Amino acid sequence: MANGAIHNRDTFLQTIAKRLGREPRTSAVSRPAWKHQPQWTVFQGYSQDDLLEVLKSQCSRIHTDFVATTADALAATLKQTVAQYGGGPVVTWNDPRFAEYRLMPLLQSEWPNEQIDVHIWDASAGRKNIEWAEKANVGITFSDITLAESGTVVLFSNSGKGRTVSFLPQTYIAIIPKSTIVPRMTQAAAYIHKQIENGEQVASCINFITGPSNSADIEMNLVVGVHGPVKATYIVVTDR
Amino acid sequence: MSMKIGTDPFHERVETGINNSFMRGAVAGAQERLRTRRLDAAAELGNWEEWRALGEEIRQHTLEHLDYYLMQLSENVAKRGGHVFFAQTAEEANQYIRDVVIKKNAKKIVKSKSMVTEEIHLNPVLEAAGCEVIETDLGEYILQIDDHDPPSHIVAPALHKNKEQIRDVFRKKLDYDKTEKPEELASHARKMLRNEYLTADIGITGCNFAIAESGSITLVTNEGNADLVTALPKTQITVMGMERIVPTFEEMEVLVSLLTRSAVGQKLTSYITVLTGPRDEGDVDGPEEFHLVIVDNGRSDILGTEFQSVLQCIRCAACVNVCPVYRHIGGHSYGSIYSGPIGAVLSPLLGGYDDYKELPYASTLCAACTEACPVKIPLHELLLKHRQVIVEREGKAPISEKLAMKAFGLGAASSLLYKFGSKVAPSALQPFTADQRITKGIGPLKAWTEIREFPAPNKERFRDWFREHKKGGEQ
Repeated sequence: MANGAIHNRDTFLQTIAKRLGREPRTSAVSRPAWKHQPQWTVFQGYSQDDLLEVLKSQCSRIHTDFVATTADALAATLKQTVAQYGGGPVVTWNDPRFAEYRLMPLLQSEWPNEQIDVHIWDASAGRKNIEWAEKANVGITFSDITLAESGTVVLFSNSGKGRTVSFLPQTYIAIIPKSTIVPRMTQAAAYIHKQIENGEQVASCINFITGPSNSADIEMNLVVGVHGPVKATYIVVTDR
Repeated sequence: MSMKIGTDPFHERVETGINNSFMRGAVAGAQERLRTRRLDAAAELGNWEEWRALGEEIRQHTLEHLDYYLMQLSENVAKRGGHVFFAQTAEEANQYIRDVVIKKNAKKIVKSKSMVTEEIHLNPVLEAAGCEVIETDLGEYILQIDDHDPPSHIVAPALHKNKEQIRDVFRKKLDYDKTEKPEELASHARKMLRNEYLTADIGITGCNFAIAESGSITLVTNEGNADLVTALPKTQITVMGMERIVPTFEEMEVLVSLLTRSAVGQKLTSYITVLTGPRDEGDVDGPEEFHLVIVDNGRSDILGTEFQSVLQCIRCAACVNVCPVYRHIGGHSYGSIYSGPIGAVLSPLLGGYDDYKELPYASTLCAACTEACPVKIPLHELLLKHRQVIVEREGKAPISEKLAMKAFGLGAASSLLYKFGSKVAPSALQPFTADQRITKGIGPLKAWTEIREFPAPNKERFRDWFREHKKGGEQ
């Protein structure tokens, strides 16, 4: 991609430097080692099972249904959850994990045979994907990193992992391999920071999603489901 | 100044606020709820003071090296194909955005909540350019369809409205035929706004935190509106105050944790979205074109002064939620989009003392704001500094204070006059006194007693009491 343009930078930064009483600083500022780092002590030493319990209890506070299952039972659990949400249409990411977790038969034959429309994100179809997502009753993605403390799924976008799958459909299901659970946002941020230090390109969209959308803008009454999904379920795969 | 709301003088705004009993009840209730939730969220962490110290250190470091981090940010945005415009003034920012809008031949613009675009008064500029501008945050949407009622709280902009009023506005403006139930109102807004996202040409957002190391911007919402604003239209414009930046993802994470806990008592809000440049090649959703507008608009004048720490602010409104003055007069009384203690410090700096000289006096200096601030801005000390500047440098002390000080100076200068004054004060003020309080003052006291009572002078003067007491002690 061609570089973008930068306008009016020099005078702007010179003004700042002047106000700070020094020459503009253009290189070699390094972050100090912060004196306090309480973020690393949260759930320190917790096992993966402990973190799963933290996640489970947080789900009740974020209006999100929590279901634990195994890799073998995942397809059945997913099918049941979608049925509870009233069936299709369903839209999913085009993500190799759907095959890894043996969900393709469900997506490609079982559901279609039951007249449940399934759209797997298809970059070559362009804006059509957005129409699918908008009409869908259920959007399904995997979680890339899961934050136990806040009950958050972290999604990195790419051409197969459309941004709108998680927020245009009426309801949302995240499949969470237990191994993706970390204590809190600190670990996810550190992971992304490492990627950048290694010269990797960060995803153009990183979503930290915590339950369904909500608002308290009318007399401070909590309304669940405003612009994004009105309901959400996390399905944790406990043996992966 | 464009951040100004309304033209009534300060005391009239306050009177309107005081007399609006629904608003006062709503504000008190909201303060109570948000304050409790913040305290619970802080207590849950157990070491909140360490978190605050970390937040303060990050913000101070970033401000000290602001030019460096803005340089790094702009380089990284450009590397990802985004455009960066540095705007010294509100006019420059608006002009640039207007040019983009015209170049894109845009007719419809969706916006997610942004204080800085309110501050630079962007919407009228876009409307004058022939665009329909739609606010998508539920609170802002309500205000917008109610003939642009100004926001009264940084986080909950429509706090001053009750659900019946909102229902009536919906009925009048949106063909709404259901009840005042918040669920039904929100569901109607969802329906109306869905179509707007899908048909908009441009999405405009604010920015909670820009990340220098990657050229990213972070958006924090509960509704998910910012995600739709940035995923669906072909062009995205993000407007940020120049201080809203952190070095890396690791600092963003800490400040987001402080923000969501302090603002609404949540560990994280439902949607925290980090966007880098326009969409990548092969992506279907996300904008084709991305513009980042970095706004100074008076902020650099604060750098290097005794007020620099106010730029640490992360706009959580925790100070607003504990302020006893805000509780009684409400957000509109401040006459600025920035209300509460942070507004009383920031508005005179960005908007000038001419318009906002009263605000630093609209405080009891109780320091609850300072204690609540997650990045440790010494708000009440800054209010005191403002008063000092107003009196010493600007010569703009409120007229009542000037008169009172002059009279006191005159009286106190002569011991005879002082004795006389303090002796006659109780009887002179007797007609205005009820139950040891003065509730209907005259002259300079009038402005004071319209808002609160003034203690009546004690019948026994301190001097007399002291003499008596001393006598007693000697016996």
